[in-house]
Amino acid sequence: MNDGYAVRAEALEKRYGEKRALDGFDLAVREGTVHGLLGPNGAGKTTAVRILSTLIRLDGGRARVAGLDVARQAREVRARIGLTGQYAAVDEVLTGRQNLEMFGRLFHLGGKRARLRAVELLEQFDLTDAADRGVGKYSGGMRRRLDLAASMILAPAVLFLDEPTTGLDPRSRGEVWESVRALVAGGTTVLLTTQYLEEADKLASRITVIDQGRAIADDTPDGLKNLVGGDRVEVVVAERADIPRAVKVVARVSDGEPETDEDGLRVHAPVTDRVNALTEVARTLQDEGVRVEDIGLRRPSLDDVFLRLTGHRTDVSQPKEAAA
Amino acid sequence: MSAVDTSTVDTSAVDLTGPGSHGRLYWLLADCANIVRRGLTHYQRQPVNIAWQLGFPILSVLLYGYVFGSAMKVPGGGDYKDFLMPGMFVMTMAFGFINTATVVVYDSTKGVIDRFRSMPMASSAVVAGRGVTDLVVACAELGIMMLTALAMGWRPDGGWGFLGAFGLLLWLRFALIWIGVWLGLLVPNPEAAGGLFAVAFPLTMISSIFVAPQLMPDWLGWVAAWNPISSTAAAARELFGTPVGGGDSWVEQHALLMAGVWPVVLTVIFLPLAVRRFQKLSR
Repeated sequence: MNDGYAVRAEALEKRYGEKRALDGFDLAVREGTVHGLLGPNGAGKTTAVRILSTLIRLDGGRARVAGLDVARQAREVRARIGLTGQYAAVDEVLTGRQNLEMFGRLFHLGGKRARLRAVELLEQFDLTDAADRGVGKYSGGMRRRLDLAASMILAPAVLFLDEPTTGLDPRSRGEVWESVRALVAGGTTVLLTTQYLEEADKLASRITVIDQGRAIADDTPDGLKNLVGGDRVEVVVAERADIPRAVKVVARVSDGEPETDEDGLRVHAPVTDRVNALTEVARTLQDEGVRVEDIGLRRPSLDDVFLRLTGHRTDVSQPKEAAA
Repeated sequence: MSAVDTSTVDTSAVDLTGPGSHGRLYWLLADCANIVRRGLTHYQRQPVNIAWQLGFPILSVLLYGYVFGSAMKVPGGGDYKDFLMPGMFVMTMAFGFINTATVVVYDSTKGVIDRFRSMPMASSAVVAGRGVTDLVVACAELGIMMLTALAMGWRPDGGWGFLGAFGLLLWLRFALIWIGVWLGLLVPNPEAAGGLFAVAFPLTMISSIFVAPQLMPDWLGWVAAWNPISSTAAAARELFGTPVGGGDSWVEQHALLMAGVWPVVLTVIFLPLAVRRFQKLSR
């Protein structure tokens, strides 16, 4: 019904006074996939999600979600989407069950179906034990899972996740990732915004990089990483004399040319099979009696991608975007 | 750490298809009822909140009734309790806007309002439901305050007039809902909403709640007499059958009329402001 695209945005414009939050932003998300929207604070990620989820009006361009026009068919769009924003938008006073039942009734399921759906979702998001506790006593990860569950009440065709793991500890982050994977396995299309390349890499099959309100790259995670050279294994030796031996060892696991940095006693090279490469290098160096100060994997960061794509670094100290 | 059973997510045994052929008005009312239900469930889960909200008025009743009571004068004579208690009821209503603002600012900063707005529900029900909740809670608060007053020896003497007084008090509270919603969408965070008390306190003191305006310096007495909540207080005293401490100025002589008019004025000003602020969310 919509050429296989769950989300299609063309030349989106959004202005706040002089500032162009979105400046001709394009996006195409295939049905049944997780699509990452990657960019630093203030790049326009949240603005894009808020337009696509009908929360704010667009100033120019066109956008269709689940085959419907977000400007002209907002109400119909709302019946087909779920939204989880940067905050866990759940009622902290109510229990988890009361939250889901309330949202279910507000999704017009009626009392009985809302109750049944709540039971089902509590089960699926592993919240049954905490169902009748006040959300105020939930951990960050539980709260986010409840938030996800609330977004899933109508089993929406498209789910918007706006930085779903910002501010979560690694364990909670893992839990949220699990949930997202499970949702996609069930057929939901997910648009995920994130500042973390790792998160987009783990979840998304395609990534759009956004900067200053425009899409500046659209590729698979591998494609983006190739752009910045992918992962590198990195060895720092204790003595300058060991550098040639280290180069030889590193070259054996690398699919590229090892580079040396004489001042820092550093040898590094691109690798694909990261963990094996690292253990291989560590073991061989030890066998050969090379004294190593430090060894590790350096992964391309969002900073690296940005530097390559835009020529400027991401500025994490930038204020939150206007619409956040 | 496999928190979620992958095989079952998104395949629901519950029928999630559309809600049938109810009209828009039906869903507006149904959505509104659900928002009210949420608000009242808050009080059910945290009954101590009512106590917090009534703490100040009740403390004031005790303080002014017992500690300062003997020193307080009512111009033209009369029992200070008859003057004080209706004033306390008015103050309870007046402080209510802080409560409205606090809930609204909390919902808007925590993303709850955004969630509502991203759902296929009537977004006006978010505000309307808040208003109805506040009125229901106001009834409960007035009930508790009146029982407290009766326990302290307050004896209204106006027969069914007390229903009229009750109505005028709620009418004032209704008008203040819009100030609360407007402020709730205006202030940046819940902490700032706490500061509203510092504004509300002097605004309620410079009125005829505790002290008759004639006993104040001329200019202050004039301000106090024209304070909208003074009219409601004077009208309530009249309807309770204990019209003590009334003044001679036009606004004090027409307390009943003005107790009806002031809330209309406030609503005409602040309802559009609140609605505009709410619509501004989608800019």
